Amino acid sequence: MKVTVLLFAAHRELVGQANTVAALPEGATVETLLSELKSRGGGWARLPARAAVAVNHKYAGGDTILADGDEVALIPPVAGG
Amino acid sequence: MTWSDVTTGPIDPAAVLKRVGEPRDGAAALFVGMVRNSNEGRPVDGMEYEGYRDMARDQLAAIAAEAAQQAGSDRVAVVHRLGELAVGEVSVAIAVSSPHRAEAFRAARYVIEEIKKRLPIWKRERYLDGEQAWLEGHLPVTGVKDNR
Repeated sequence: MKVTVLLFAAHRELVGQANTVAALPEGATVETLLSELKSRGGGWARLPARAAVAVNHKYAGGDTILADGDEVALIPPVAGG
Repeated sequence: MTWSDVTTGPIDPAAVLKRVGEPRDGAAALFVGMVRNSNEGRPVDGMEYEGYRDMARDQLAAIAAEAAQQAGSDRVAVVHRLGELAVGEVSVAIAVSSPHRAEAFRAARYVIEEIKKRLPIWKRERYLDGEQAWLEGHLPVTGVKDNR
């Protein structure tokens, strides 16, 4: 299955792209995805550990199971207001 | 009915205030956030707000609904801006009306505090000396472990 990954702010600049597609095995979780991204090396390997994840616009824990077509966003510490 | 929006256009706080207020309301609170000219002693020239717009819209609507429930008033309006802002420009406006002042103040406070905790928006300060930096923010509580 494939999921779309979105990056923002400092993450986007570190990796040098705003989005990517990740191919994952069935049953993959958010943690599976994060491992796959980190294994790409470069800026991906240097993404800060301090980040949250949102799946389809909702904050999600690491054990959340992903489905084909999900939109997964890496959320750096937020600073609205 | 609450109202919320995430926009790239200028915010008119008076227009946000006009979205609340009914004959049964005796109080309205209006909170306005704006770009200030310094941060931790460093002169600031302006601010860039980046957002995950679709999620921010969903989150802001949820925050407004929560505030309405707590206040016992559905007259809650909030808008957050994205893009390049100059010093003095409005970044966020929140209006709440209710029969009495305590609920209006409390609900407006709730909305701005929740925005800071969980709205997926980031800001980069531009300093007068030409440098710029993403501001350190709050990590939303999601149950995600810090083990990447």
